[in-house]
Amino acid sequence: MRHTWTVLGRELRSYFSTPIAYIFLVIYLVATQGFFFYLFFRVGEADLRLFFFWQPLFMLFLIPAITMRSWAEEKKVGTMEMLMTLPVPDLQVVLGKFFACLIFWTIALVLTVTMPWTVYRLVDVSQGATVDPGPIIGGYVGLFLLGGVYIAICLFASSLTENQIVAFIIGLASCTVLLLIGSTLVLYTVPESLVKPLQFIGLWANFENISRGVIDSRNVIYYLSVTALFLYLNASMIESRKWK
Amino acid sequence: MIEVQNLTKRFGSTVAVNDISFSVRKGEILGFLGPNGAGKTTTMRILTCYIAPDRGRVTIDGHDIESESLAVRSRIGYLPENTPLYADMGIIEYLKFIARMRGIPSDRVNGAIKRAIELTSLQAEITKNIGQLSRGYRQRVGLAQTLLHEPDIMILDEPTSGLDPNQIIEIRELIKQIGREKTVILCTHILPEATSTCDRAIIINEGRIVADGTPDELVRKARRGATVVARIRGPESTVREKLGAFSHVRSVTSSPAGPNDLFRYDLSIEEDIDLGEDLFHLVVAHGWTLTELRHETASLEQVFAQLTGAEERKLEARG
Repeated sequence: MRHTWTVLGRELRSYFSTPIAYIFLVIYLVATQGFFFYLFFRVGEADLRLFFFWQPLFMLFLIPAITMRSWAEEKKVGTMEMLMTLPVPDLQVVLGKFFACLIFWTIALVLTVTMPWTVYRLVDVSQGATVDPGPIIGGYVGLFLLGGVYIAICLFASSLTENQIVAFIIGLASCTVLLLIGSTLVLYTVPESLVKPLQFIGLWANFENISRGVIDSRNVIYYLSVTALFLYLNASMIESRKWK
Repeated sequence: MIEVQNLTKRFGSTVAVNDISFSVRKGEILGFLGPNGAGKTTTMRILTCYIAPDRGRVTIDGHDIESESLAVRSRIGYLPENTPLYADMGIIEYLKFIARMRGIPSDRVNGAIKRAIELTSLQAEITKNIGQLSRGYRQRVGLAQTLLHEPDIMILDEPTSGLDPNQIIEIRELIKQIGREKTVILCTHILPEATSTCDRAIIINEGRIVADGTPDELVRKARRGATVVARIRGPESTVREKLGAFSHVRSVTSSPAGPNDLFRYDLSIEEDIDLGEDLFHLVVAHGWTLTELRHETASLEQVFAQLTGAEERKLEARG
């Protein structure tokens, strides 16, 4: 029974029926692209690294914002009771919400395609230089996967509370912590023995390859694992009302 | 159809549901009555698999709520308290969503929605978004979604709360009509609802069942079943003694009602028997004067108040 699809449909329609989704998208796109082009023309290189490198930070604000109401609102309004008494396995509801957010994120990514396209058009002007699509595609795949991680974490945060603001904050904080764990900032301060393991589990550390357009299977496995972990936690949280 | 055995549920240190057991026959409309906070909603949430009990067993149509949760949920149409709905959806959009979630095959979805809309008379507002509907119509949407999959069992938690008197009558008629062939549990603290709509009533207070029977049975079983009120002119102590001597009279209280030995006597009787004739003959035999004779049958309200302590508290308050 693919109720996942039904839930997904409802969630997406709900997102786009209010101005909220559009506002967030616009803010995200303007901020991301404004930032990128500001640096791009100063650096003078036809390189999208600046875009990919800083994405994890921009996503830190967009994704908690669009996921915060996912579970919190249902609990507050009471529709949670309605949803959970329907003959649908909890996991399908969790996945439905997750994939709806993922599709939203994909739409956001697709809309940023104006950037590589602009760079591509600019490059043609110079003599015979060509743009290597590999790193760009790689970068976008990486962002897609990273989005999955953020969404899973923030949906879990949303399932912890009735209050959307609290959900936003918990999501934001959790992603930030995970982001910073493997970053050079933190690595300077921890004892030698912790450097390798922290790099292993850190979000940004796993992103470095991708920002250069390199898809390392270890990073992919990492992203998929973290996503699965938080989806599992999310499902458990929903399930917990049935625990004795 | 529904068997509840020794159900217990605790929230922290409060016991919301305390070892209750009851059963509901197929086709019965059961009223689940109790003051706010008595444990009605908690019990319904356990039956509908929203929360798990700490102890006890519930079987619905032969399926256990814990091991066969999906089977149970597919057999129940549930309207939670406060009728939670998605305000940003249109009525048909919402009903389609519920229909799909209930696993109704795509070719039957439209037919099911049409039927539900007809049964609940939603046609007039069908184009509106749920957030724009009046309370009465929101309740109807809530009812409509319970009907989509034509369940054998309906559980309605305070379906008329917040409605105006006209809307209440409409919804009650609707429930009676729909409930004709279904097993219905109606949770309410509005007693007339139970007397007018239900075949049987269970009164729950502070997590325990304090009464279980048809509305008539409950009224009859109540300790202070009925009161006979008489105004008699005669020597007060003798009158009181003679009145108290009648069988089934539990107690007699008197209060002055006028000059010349006119007293009002309240006789509390055990069962709803007709004391009228005997009392009349007694008065005539002693040469007293009877100026008023009235029979007050206990109402479900009195039963309820008595069983749920409201009357005790009122007496305490009077001091």
